[in-house]
Amino acid sequence: MRIVVDRDLCQGHGVCESEAPGVFEVGKDHQVVVLDSEPPENRRSELEAAVRFCPTHALSIVDD
Amino acid sequence: MAVDTGTREPAGVSGGEEANGHLEELRTDPIGLMQRVRDECGDVGKFILADREVVLLSGAEANEFFFRSPEEILDQAEAYPFMTPVFGEGVVFDASPERRREMLHNQALRDKFMRGHAATIAAEVEAMVAAWDDEGEIDLLEWFAELTMYTSSACLIGKRFRDELDGRFAVLFHDLEQGTDAIAYVDPYADIESFRKRDAARAELVSLVQGIMERRAAGPPAPEDERDLVDVLMSIKNPDGTDRFLPDEVTGMFISMMFAGHHTTSGTAAWTLIELLRNPDVLARVDDELAELYADGAEVSYQALREMPLLESSIKEALRLHPPLILLLRVAKEELEIEGFAIHAGQMVAASPSVSNRLPADFPEPDAFRPDRYLDPRDEDRLNPWTWIPFGAGRHRCVGQAFAMMQLKAIFSMLLLDWEFEPAQPPDTYRNDHSKMVVQLQQPCMVRYRRRAVARSNPGAGA
Repeated sequence: MRIVVDRDLCQGHGVCESEAPGVFEVGKDHQVVVLDSEPPENRRSELEAAVRFCPTHALSIVDD
Repeated sequence: MAVDTGTREPAGVSGGEEANGHLEELRTDPIGLMQRVRDECGDVGKFILADREVVLLSGAEANEFFFRSPEEILDQAEAYPFMTPVFGEGVVFDASPERRREMLHNQALRDKFMRGHAATIAAEVEAMVAAWDDEGEIDLLEWFAELTMYTSSACLIGKRFRDELDGRFAVLFHDLEQGTDAIAYVDPYADIESFRKRDAARAELVSLVQGIMERRAAGPPAPEDERDLVDVLMSIKNPDGTDRFLPDEVTGMFISMMFAGHHTTSGTAAWTLIELLRNPDVLARVDDELAELYADGAEVSYQALREMPLLESSIKEALRLHPPLILLLRVAKEELEIEGFAIHAGQMVAASPSVSNRLPADFPEPDAFRPDRYLDPRDEDRLNPWTWIPFGAGRHRCVGQAFAMMQLKAIFSMLLLDWEFEPAQPPDTYRNDHSKMVVQLQQPCMVRYRRRAVARSNPGAGA
């Protein structure tokens, strides 16, 4: 499982950071940083929440 | 997309033979005009606005191009001449992207501030309904405009500033919103009544803010935990020690921050209530959802940040049918091509939430209020990210979307738990006034309220 960020869309609201702490962080430049780009399977529900509640629909999960 | 065949000029829509092209139609029936562009010209068509051609895009492919284009290609700064006199020179639309992000950060719109905002909003609703009798009537335009003035000032600028606002501020703000006549495309400073009132209102607001800043400068500093954005901005100094932000700029920043969230949220609240009253079966289901979610005494400040599927879907559907911004504009900075059509540097380029939100291919029964279209598995907003555009899309997407949705969920939790509503006029007579670029509900827009026999909210909900 991989996290993909659409940089055109991210506005740094930080919802993902709240939903899945440790995987996402919104830094001082107000762009999301993916701390763990291939997070473990047991975090899938948190990540799905981060994707679903992202206000700008900037995140997606890719299963390779 | 066409290859090798060269690009064609987009077709022009019918009408617009007058001196200012379609300006008069835009001032009287803008949605009719934009829909006709789509009907006659398709995804890419033209209308004439004063001395400029406007290329109006619709449909997913053209909209995606519109929303993904960076500022260097489709520029926002020149596209809204009617806003410059409202915000003041040098504010917002000429700020750099870095500066805007800095302002967004200051606006406290980030997720971690939302719970505090939800509690503030619940308290503001509680304070407003405290003035109600057991039953009565409200004017939706005035009531929601006043409420959202208090909520947006309290959340975005701070409680200390909000407590200095009175009715005067709301009236002045209304004059600003009414000062957005599309005549600004001919002359933003034309000598017309609504522009004179706009300029007088802005000057008055600057002097109100200047008075607040002077009193604070003269008084003792606020306790750390009560500092608001006024205090923060006043504390920022230039290298030479002078104030970084003068009253005129502070006022402009406040107007721009509150402007974007004011008429939009106010109008959406009104239309959500109107549509629920027009669709009693949906209202009954929303009532049931609220009763269940709040049955265990949950606080509004907690619940408004969580899923409330049917209420949320009802808000989204009110937004789809009655988007607060009906026309989004940019100016092309270079020669462009979309779907085989040419866009020339200097032309305006537009997308219309009113048209796109009702494309029948993406939204079956496009004119009907159907909140269920957002429920799993239909997910029509998520499946149509470039045509479900009440908040715009892409890099300029409304930065206040999460705040707005939370605010509306908090407002309707508070209102519907303890009160019942019914239309005070035939339900099909509620309308928007499209005579200004800022769309407002047209009066009369009265609704009757009655206190529920048994209050269902948690008494501490607003605390």
